[in-house]
Amino acid sequence: MRLRYPDTIRIIRVPCTGKVDVIHILRAFEKGADGVYVVGCMEGDCRFETGNLRARRRVEHAKTILDAVGIGGDRVKMFNLSSGEGPRFAEYAVEMTDKIKEMGPNPIKRFREKRAA
Amino acid sequence: MSVKTPSKLEKILDSGQLAVTSECGPPRGSDPKAITRKAEMIKDHVDAINITDNQTSVTRLCSLAACIHLKLMGLEPTLQMVVRDRNRIALQSDILGAASFDIHNILCLSGDHQTFGDCPQGQNVFDIDSMQLIQTVRHMRDEGKFLGGDDIARPPQMFVGAAANPFADPFEIRVPRLAKKVAAGVEFIQTQCIYNLDKFELWMKQARDRGLHEKVYILAGVTPFKSAGMAKYMKNRVPGMDVPDEVVKRMAGVPKEKQPEEGLNICVETIQRLKECEGVRGFHIMAIEWEEKVPEIVERSGLYPRPSE
Amino acid sequence: MIVAEKKPIEEIIEMVKAFQKILVVGCNECVTVCEAGGKKEVGILASALRMYFMNQGKKMDIDEITLERQCDHEYLEELRNTIDQYDAVISLACGVGVQFLAEKYFSTHVYPGVNTCFMGVTEERGVWSERCQGCGQCILDRTAGICPISRCAKRLLNGPCGGSTKGKCEISKDLDCAWQLIIDRLRELDRLDEYERIAPLKDWSTERAGGPRKVVREDVRQ
Repeated sequence: MRLRYPDTIRIIRVPCTGKVDVIHILRAFEKGADGVYVVGCMEGDCRFETGNLRARRRVEHAKTILDAVGIGGDRVKMFNLSSGEGPRFAEYAVEMTDKIKEMGPNPIKRFREKRAA
Repeated sequence: MSVKTPSKLEKILDSGQLAVTSECGPPRGSDPKAITRKAEMIKDHVDAINITDNQTSVTRLCSLAACIHLKLMGLEPTLQMVVRDRNRIALQSDILGAASFDIHNILCLSGDHQTFGDCPQGQNVFDIDSMQLIQTVRHMRDEGKFLGGDDIARPPQMFVGAAANPFADPFEIRVPRLAKKVAAGVEFIQTQCIYNLDKFELWMKQARDRGLHEKVYILAGVTPFKSAGMAKYMKNRVPGMDVPDEVVKRMAGVPKEKQPEEGLNICVETIQRLKECEGVRGFHIMAIEWEEKVPEIVERSGLYPRPSE
Repeated sequence: MIVAEKKPIEEIIEMVKAFQKILVVGCNECVTVCEAGGKKEVGILASALRMYFMNQGKKMDIDEITLERQCDHEYLEELRNTIDQYDAVISLACGVGVQFLAEKYFSTHVYPGVNTCFMGVTEERGVWSERCQGCGQCILDRTAGICPISRCAKRLLNGPCGGSTKGKCEISKDLDCAWQLIIDRLRELDRLDEYERIAPLKDWSTERAGGPRKVVREDVRQ
């Protein structure tokens, strides 16, 4: 469709969001990501039946951990859409980017920059 | 049957008369007047007075001390003893303590779990269960020995009782459970308070079918409702309690000021009906925080005056 | 198996915040099955701790390893050459493993990362419940395979008590009354007459009450 969405997003494709585990989300933040969002199929439409449901629970779990360590659980979010919904994909991308911009950079980046210096 | 102990309660039951017992809850403090005052109210209308043992796991003045206060008043106490808080050493020890003051009645109970009380974070003991406590008291009395095997100097002479709940689940083992307690050596039973008379009479029938009514004195428990609220609370919030809808409706059907009177009416009617029930050898009136009504209940039920010593 | 639960991360942070180099050690057995201290949980805890300390501006090295078990010498030996480079170790093993690790590495600070709860079963993924308290004298032959010591809140040997309601324990509607279960099974096995047998006083000397326990098998000792 060649719709526009922010170029600050790095897409990682998975065969099903059920493949995404809590550790993948945490490692992304550990390495300096400002936000992570998981985009899965509409609930009920998962071709592996429960993959996207597991993903949702894992996103919730990651939120709790990120809040507990002071990164902020709002930096991770789950979205659902069907594969044909191009415009919606772009919409979510913009929504997430705007939210993260508002929240500011991942706080651990300051530490990583200091170490590099 | 002949009596095995100096217990006044045993003597009355043995004579074939209906016995009447009641209970007092000790205070949440150390003032003995809180016990003696309640005992004064009921002493001429009952044969023996139970003292509860940290009931619902709420810490109170201990049953043994309260029983001693009653004994010093010249009254007949029944020591309630739960196995929740004491191991077999302490249980035997307290039994001897009671016996040293010539306390002759004991009620062996499990005890409500401590999560209900004021120390839910505390440990519980349950070294032995209530069935085994019955066996222990009989062993101390009849063999004159400690559980460890040594002889007891001046063994306790206690009339051994236990509780029975015809309304707890599962119903099918409630009479086998009574039989078990009889086999363990229990001599008198006080039941949970009765509102479902049909169910109670069914339980009694099953007990009679097994001849249990001739092996143990069964005292029917009754508690007067003070209000419809109390009836509803007991129906819904108290485990092992059976309050039929008709009874709640009857209480709720009268105006608030009349409810205490109706509660007493139901209580007296229950006693009158159960007097006709074969195997019921007496009544245990539990009027917690309403002890002043016990005399009225006893008189209206035709159970006054009580037999003298 | 032994069932444990992850300690809240705030508690763990409090234990180790003064150190600089930490090893998080998991266990591949019981705590993996109850998803509290296996390789996955080690990874998550280590990552979370790294982020926490970075956010605090504190330099903290956190390494990870998961041993097969922490209750046998052979597996703990695997740490022999590397453990001294760490200021402290967080063990996600059950209380047994944490202690054995601490005994073996006497001069290492060792901290527990899980709360050890009980010996129990996996009823379904995410739900574990207690079955055994290790009383040392199994009576399951007499109670139709259901243990009143671990499943009755009052550990009554001649239950049920008067608080049993509709098959549930008086302390919680979510807790089965162990004696109801025993009676149901006795009925199913046509052994309900056994209910009236009076169980004798228990010898608790083989249980915790008798002191810390040991099993010695001379026939297999080397």
